[in-house]
Amino acid sequence: MSEINGNDQVDMPVPQETKSALQSTVDADAEVERQMRQLSRRSFLWSAVAIGAGYGGVRWLNSRRAEDGIPWPLRRALQTNEALARDLFDRSRLAPTFAATRIDPLRANGDIGLDADFDASQWQLNIEGASGETQSVTLAQIKALPQAEMITELKCIEGWAAVVRWTGARLSDFIAKYPPPTNSGKAFDAQNLADLPGYVGLATPDGAYYVGLEMEASLHPQTLLCYAMNGQALRPEHGAPLRLAIPVKYGIKSIKRIGTLTYTNMRPADYWAERGYDYHAGH
Amino acid sequence: MAIRWFHWVNFPVLFAMIWSGLLIYWANDVYRVGWGSTTLLKFFPESFYQRFAIGQRLAEGMAWHFALMWIFAINGVGYVLYTALSGEWRHLLPGKSTLKEAFQVVLHDLRIRKQPLPRAKFNGAQRLAYTSVIVMGLGSLLTGLAIYKPIQLAWLGSPLGRIAESAGFNATGYEVARWLHFWLTIGFVMFFLVHVAQVMRAGWNNFRAMITGYEIVREVKPDQSTLEPMP
Repeated sequence: MSEINGNDQVDMPVPQETKSALQSTVDADAEVERQMRQLSRRSFLWSAVAIGAGYGGVRWLNSRRAEDGIPWPLRRALQTNEALARDLFDRSRLAPTFAATRIDPLRANGDIGLDADFDASQWQLNIEGASGETQSVTLAQIKALPQAEMITELKCIEGWAAVVRWTGARLSDFIAKYPPPTNSGKAFDAQNLADLPGYVGLATPDGAYYVGLEMEASLHPQTLLCYAMNGQALRPEHGAPLRLAIPVKYGIKSIKRIGTLTYTNMRPADYWAERGYDYHAGH
Repeated sequence: MAIRWFHWVNFPVLFAMIWSGLLIYWANDVYRVGWGSTTLLKFFPESFYQRFAIGQRLAEGMAWHFALMWIFAINGVGYVLYTALSGEWRHLLPGKSTLKEAFQVVLHDLRIRKQPLPRAKFNGAQRLAYTSVIVMGLGSLLTGLAIYKPIQLAWLGSPLGRIAESAGFNATGYEVARWLHFWLTIGFVMFFLVHVAQVMRAGWNNFRAMITGYEIVREVKPDQSTLEPMP
């Protein structure tokens, strides 16, 4: 506004002048009022059009064909974010770690794929799409890999978080030991992402819960195949005998009771990404 | 002209960000006003969620939030760049006398001060409010990023955790960022309520000016009205 602050407008006393001068003022005022009405009409019409378009736009968007649980335009937006985030992802950036005094009790949040009729003693991890002969590994073989331990924050996509001590083998060590085939046919090189399958898929033995991880997130040094939690053997409700702890992603990706690990160039199915969430869920 | 565009683009986008933020917040609605086991106000009562059908829509809320965040951020950065480059910031940034002036505005609005306030494009209270809300917007953007990409952008959240820890709170940087993100949103709602009340007090000519870009100004000399374009 050029000078007046609306509420403080003070009526200026009209100076004593001739009648004709006053008359010209009145005429000028009327002209201004007329112009203003015209301007207002135009602006408010445009406002009405904008409000209508906004309302119609939201209705249109909400009525679009659903793609993995959300209207496809929103899915495209999430995919654009993912593509950008994937390009910017830096494996050397680590999740903050905490002192042991900061450890919180962890609630068991989600039991999909954790059916009761499960014999842990018969458990083996099946590997699909590996380059070598190995098609399954035992828990002892995983425990034979270098042991890693970290105290990181598990962030649930719902919004709560808990600090947890995780113990297990680095997924990157597992992948190096049981590597995927490379595109070039050369030996496995964790630094040469372009030569590796793009994804690792993980699923529970009954296939009820499944997650997909980009290869670079799988090779992150804090992505662990865990067999112990807070200093004790993993409990069934937390995913015994083997679960994932991937602090670069929200908790929905830290799959419990892993049954199958798959190397693939096709983006693996992901339980929650099929239900409206973005595929990355973190970083 | 540009300011009006930034303002009116921001209004529906911020509204949609708050609405989709509520859909997200519902999934872990832990914040309240109170102390110990005494709660004065819980965010939010069950009736609030039911009235606005907020429950069980986390994924939908996130999808909207992560699509509209771009418009919110680009519009906000555009506004700051525009005011900085055009020189408009001179009317908006608080100066030395702003605090004193803002106090007088509050006294005036509460009918304690009787004399009219000195004329200015924006008074002290407006300078403070309009600058604070931009700082709040920046805070929402940064804390939002700290929650959205908590590891890649851990440098945003971790200092908050260290501050909380040294103040004796058992909260991580991520948790502090979420807490701040929520209370900044409540701040926007408070700003909105006061803003709308003041716009209503300022009257039709003022509101019309924010829509049309023109305001009727009665000049002292030659004592007739003219239409003054808004910057």
